[in-house]
Order: sequence, then structure tokens, then C-alpha cells
Amino acid sequence: MGLEDLSHNFLTGNVENLVRWARRNSVWPATFGLACCAIEMMSAGAGDFDLARFGMEVFRASPRQADLMIVAGRVSQKMAPVLRQVYDQMMEPKWVISMGVCASTGGLFNNYAVVQGVDQIVPVDVYAPGCPPGPETLIHAILTLHEKIRTGAITRRKGEGLGIHLDPTGISGKENAAAGASMKMVGNK
Amino acid sequence: MQAEAEFSKETFEGPQEMTEREFTAPRELTVEEGAVLRLAEGVVVDAGDIDVEISEDETMIINMGPQHPSTHGVLRLMMELQGETVLRTKPVIGYLHTGMEKTAEGLSYIQGSTNVTRMDYLSPLHNELVFSLATEALLGVEIPERATWIRMLMSELNRISSHLMWMATNGMDLGSTSMMIFGFRDREMILSFFEKVTGLRMNHNYIRPGGVAADLPDGWEDDVLAIAQTIPGRLDEYNDMLTGQPIFKERTEGVGILTQEQALALSATGPVLRSTGVAWDLRKSMPYLAYDQVDFDVVVGSVGDTFDRYAVRLAELRESVRIVTQILDKMPSGPYRVLDKKITPPPRKRIDESMEALIHHFKLFTEGIKVPPGEVYVAIESPRGELGCYMVSDGSSKPYRMHIRGPSFVNLQSLPVMMRGGLVADAVAIISSVDPVMGEVDR
Amino acid sequence: MIDDVIKNEAGNYFPTREQYDALVAELHKSGYEYCSDLCAVDYLQHFDRPLPAEVVAERFEVVVNLTSVKMRSRVRIRVQVPESDPTIPTLFYHYPGTEAMEREAYDLMGIVFPGHPDLTRILMPEEWEGHPLRKDYSAERVPVQFKHSPAIR
Ligand code: SF4
Repeated sequence: MGLEDLSHNFLTGNVENLVRWARRNSVWPATFGLACCAIEMMSAGAGDFDLARFGMEVFRASPRQADLMIVAGRVSQKMAPVLRQVYDQMMEPKWVISMGVCASTGGLFNNYAVVQGVDQIVPVDVYAPGCPPGPETLIHAILTLHEKIRTGAITRRKGEGLGIHLDPTGISGKENAAAGASMKMVGNK
Repeated sequence: MQAEAEFSKETFEGPQEMTEREFTAPRELTVEEGAVLRLAEGVVVDAGDIDVEISEDETMIINMGPQHPSTHGVLRLMMELQGETVLRTKPVIGYLHTGMEKTAEGLSYIQGSTNVTRMDYLSPLHNELVFSLATEALLGVEIPERATWIRMLMSELNRISSHLMWMATNGMDLGSTSMMIFGFRDREMILSFFEKVTGLRMNHNYIRPGGVAADLPDGWEDDVLAIAQTIPGRLDEYNDMLTGQPIFKERTEGVGILTQEQALALSATGPVLRSTGVAWDLRKSMPYLAYDQVDFDVVVGSVGDTFDRYAVRLAELRESVRIVTQILDKMPSGPYRVLDKKITPPPRKRIDESMEALIHHFKLFTEGIKVPPGEVYVAIESPRGELGCYMVSDGSSKPYRMHIRGPSFVNLQSLPVMMRGGLVADAVAIISSVDPVMGEVDR
Repeated sequence: MIDDVIKNEAGNYFPTREQYDALVAELHKSGYEYCSDLCAVDYLQHFDRPLPAEVVAERFEVVVNLTSVKMRSRVRIRVQVPESDPTIPTLFYHYPGTEAMEREAYDLMGIVFPGHPDLTRILMPEEWEGHPLRKDYSAERVPVQFKHSPAIR
């Protein structure tokens, strides 16, 4: 291969591993605080829990600059279209954490006003249980998401958006190991 | 293009939104100017002030929210601007409507405080308190003294944590990030005490009809003392950092002024009302719990601007610490809940020993408390103002109707008045100074 | 005027809808500076609730709580509103602070306040059907009323 000839330290890897590594370490959340859970989300970002340790402290006000939406709180019927609009404005690749039982299932409020689970309107990657989930739970959810991004277990959403996805078949690594990178454009078919 | 039109329809709320000047009749505009500014004719509006002639192309309507960078939840504001000046403002709310009043009709009185505690999530204990007080008023029971004082201790601590949170978010809105970190740091201290007592950091379900859920843990005095000794020093820190600081003063002094008459006409309560100089604090004027046995002052402002509202809250923090210190000395001993087996469950130990206790326990949690028919309005002073609960019972174990008067819901109406004639750059400072908690606005 | 209005032992006023506006105006003058609360109750299952003898029970009741800062007292007004004609005059011109409360009562209970400057829904989406707090409105969940969004990016 010729690598032996190099006299200094060197690391080899797949491009997608590199991409995943980079993505994992700079996930920028969009602020989507709705209810009580948002307060815990803010606590998680503040001094005592310090999300900055995971490269997550840059809460972005504009969905265009964010790639993670933390839905923190109950989603009302009136908020649902707004939430979807914000989600649509985010750039691929994007992830969603549903924080708290209200966002995950409607929780205590099984009534006319609350959407019974935000997964009815946007695809969710990680659910954080609790009412409210403490900052520790949120951090755990975020780490779970990081792990998901690192191992490439990203759910591909078919026909949605036009962004660059990693083709999940290429991620298993075996058949494509020789080929190295296998970045594909996945568009609207 | 067509797709775009369809798209914008998705989040359009029709007549709930602000109408454009072109489509607003002059007479309506007077009401709008005076009354989306929501004031009755003759109260404040000077007819000469209102320029109905301003033409459409000199003004524009901008939309803030519901998802926007300031830290106050899903509040949406529509503002009509002429250049930098705000002419009209209209809050559009309901983005967090949770239907809690409907849910409350399906939950028994025992389960009820789980529901109400989630309304105003910065002062959950006050919500539980008003719900419990209303239930007890209908039941006609006297709660033991220790329970009263525990409730008072917890609600004062909650007031401190809520005001600290306000300090933090207000600091963030005005661009003072250190204030935000400080506020959260100090709030965390109180939350860990809450966690020790109730098991949860927020949404405690601790104050229940008939008393409180559990006695204070051993060693609570030390924790509370530590809080009461640390907070005043931290308040001095805030004082140094903000009160005299020229930038902060510039941004708050004279901004968003509300007069006494306006505040009363708009039913504003809490720090918003007190900042205008009306000494109206339900703890003092209509004492509940044992507030008549502790010594504290009602803090009032004089101008009614954003700075006054800040100063009132800062001083109230000191008063609350004062109350907490007195409670430490005066805490009586005794049972922490009513010893009536029809209202509170028997102690855990008794259930193992006695069949009768087991039956009572089972009945209480399956059937709930039977509350005699009647209706009652109870109000307490939450960190945001008068928190009222109108409860109607029909004799069953569930409230027939429970209505909560949320102080932020009502206080939000004063926003247009404060904004009027101000600069759009001050909008965030004004919103923040009202301290709306959307969970309570929309319920 | 105040003396004409039926009053119960607890001091609650039970004006008719015609007396309501004048009563509130009078109370406002006599020192009740602000309106604490305005809400509506749907007594669908309880037409037999205890009321003063002369008052005819109707399905809805609008309940107003006024507060006086000077006298440190509260007063409650309960007005019967029939189902066939759920209208009641607005208090906006006496207490502008009732603006949002009346909109809430309209939105959730379907009481109409003629004269109100801006009677639109306040909490529910604009095109919502029905008034959720009425007793004949199901408490159960309703499916998401969310239409597909054409993913503009
Ligand atoms: S899950 Fe609990 S804490 Fe979170 S929004 Fe719902 S009620 Fe509030």
C-alpha cells in the first residue's frame, strides 16, 4: 500500500467515519422550549450541568443553523404546524429528541388540546422519559444520540428533503471497506 | 408560489392576528389604539394622541414568535411599527394550550394537584397551594399548624427560586450572560432542597388537599439556613452587577411605563402592579396561611417602568429570605396533614397492620375525597401576582369545574400599553419585565 | 339599583342579564377597582343546583369576581345565561382587564359578549370546531388536526 514508507504517525479511516465523528462532536441544538421541560433544558445548559462538555452549548435561535431539535414540552394542536415548519427549515442531516412524556406520548394530558406524541408530526430519534426529565436524563439522551450518530444508525427518511444522506447500506463497512468512502446523493425520487 | 401560499396558511390564525391598518375602521382603530391597548375610553387615551391618519405604507406589521430567541416560551407578538416606533401590539397566545381545566374535571381531588402543578412551572408549589386551599375551603377542614408553616416555607422558597429564574432570564434577554449563569447557579441550590423534600426538582405534587405529602426530612433546618445565609450575599452580587450599571439602567429606566390607573384598569397584579406604587400584596392585605404572623414589608416602586419591576423583584427576594428565616424559628411541631381518614391516607405502617386502614387507603385512592357541593374563589399571591382558583363541586369526588385565574394571562394584557410609543429594540426588555410564564397563560 | 339585585347569604349577587351591566357599573363606582376573574361554568347536569328562590337556573353561568384594593374585599356576581341565547354584555368598558378573560370564555365555553372589541378565539386555533370546556364536548383526545406540510426548504 505504500503506507509503510511514511515515517511519521498516521491514522487511516473511512471518510464516513470521519464525517460521523465530526457530526457527532458539533451538534447544534435549536431552541424549541415549550413548557416545563424547557426550564430543565436551560438548566442543563447552565453552570451546574454544563452541556458545553459535549459540544452542545450553542443553542441556535435560527433553525437554519441547527441540526438537532429538542422538543421540550407539550405540543398543542395550535403549535403543531409551527413545529413542523421549524423542522422543515432545518438543514439535513437533522435529528429530533423528544424530551419529556408530554412530547413523547401526551403524558398526563390525554385531551383535546395536546398532540399525543410529537412523533405524529416529526420523526423522533431519541425519547427522553420523565416529567420533567432532569438535566441528567437529557444529557443521557444526548449521549445516546451521539452514539447513534457515531455508529451510523441514522434512520433514513425516504423521499423527504433533498439533503445528502449517508447510505445506510454503505455504513456496515464490510462490503465497502475496500472502496473506502461511499457517499451518495439521495434525492427526491 | 402556490405552494408557498398554502404553506403560510398552515400557521395563520385568521382574525386572532392583528389586522392591517387599511382594514381597520377609524372608530375601531381608536378602540384598538386605546384598547388593544386595552383601555376603556376616558381612562388614559388622549384622542389627540391617536393618529388615525397614518397611511398603510408608512407602517408595517412584524411578527415575533411563537418560536423566538427570547427566553419566554411560545409567546407570539404582532407589532405595528412606524420606523422604529411601536404603534400597536397584539399578543397572540394559545400555543401552549394544554386543556388543563378540562383534564381537571376528570381527575379526583387527590390527583388534581398533579395536574395544576404543571401550569406555572416556575412556581409549581403555588399552584398546588391554591388548589389545595380551594378544596379545603369547600371541605371546611382546618389543617394542622405544622402543615401551614411547611406550606409557607415551601412557597416562599419557591418564590425565591422563581424570582432568581426571572433574574437569570431577564439578564439573558438584556444580554448579560453572567447574570443568567448566576441566577441558574443559585436557583439550583433551592431546587436541590426541593428534591430532597419532595423527590422532584419541579412539578412536585407536594402540597395536597389536607396538608403536605410528607414531613420535612431530618436536617432540613441546616439546608434552609444555608440557603437563607447564602442568598443575601448573592443578591448583593446582582446588585453590584446590574443596579448601578449604566448600560442596564439605560436599557430599563423609563422603558415600558405603566401608570397606576392603567395597571388597575387592566387588572394587573403582582410586581407589575406594585411597581406602579400600589401596595397590593395578598399576603399582607388578605392574609392566608400564617402570613399575618410573620414580619415582612410590601415593596413598591414609583415610576412603573422596567427598572422598577426589576427593583421590586430584587427587594422581594430579600423579603422572602426574611420570611424564611422567621419560619425557621417558628416552625411548630405536630402532624403534617389532617388526621381525618376521609381526607388523607393512613400512614404506611398502619396499612400493614390494620385491615381497616387498608380499606380506607383503597377507598381514598379509588373513590377519592367526597367534597360537599358549593363554589369558592380562593386567591393567593404567586410570584407573578394574584393566582386565583374558582372551584365548583357537585358533591362527587371530582371538581365539577375548576378555573384558574393565571396572573400572567391577565398581566399580558398590559404589554400593548407598555410597548406603545416605545422602540422595537426595547420590546424584549418589556416582555421580560412582565415575567409571563406561558404554561400559565395558556393552561 | 344594587338593592334590587338578588343576593344570597354569602353575599353573591345574582343579577339578571339586564341588570348586570348597571350593577357592575355601580360596583365599579363604589370602589371595586379591578376585576380579578371572569369565567363561565356549564351546569349541564345540574339545573337543580341551590340558587336563591327567585333565580331561574340556566345552563350557563358567568361568574365575575371583583376586588377592591381600598376596602380589601371581594364580591362575586353570578349571572344565568341560557343555552338558547348565550349572550351577555361585555364588561370591557368598565374593566378593560376583562378583555382576555371574555375572549377565553368565548373560546372555551361559547359565551358571546356583544360589544367586545375583538371577540375571537384566544387559546384554540382559529378554525377549531366546538367549545371544549362545555360538558357535552368529549374529554377524550382528538386526532391531530395537522395537515401535511409541503416541505419548503
Ligand atoms: S413532560 Fe412534564 S415537565 Fe415536561 S412539559 Fe410535560 S408536564 Fe411539563
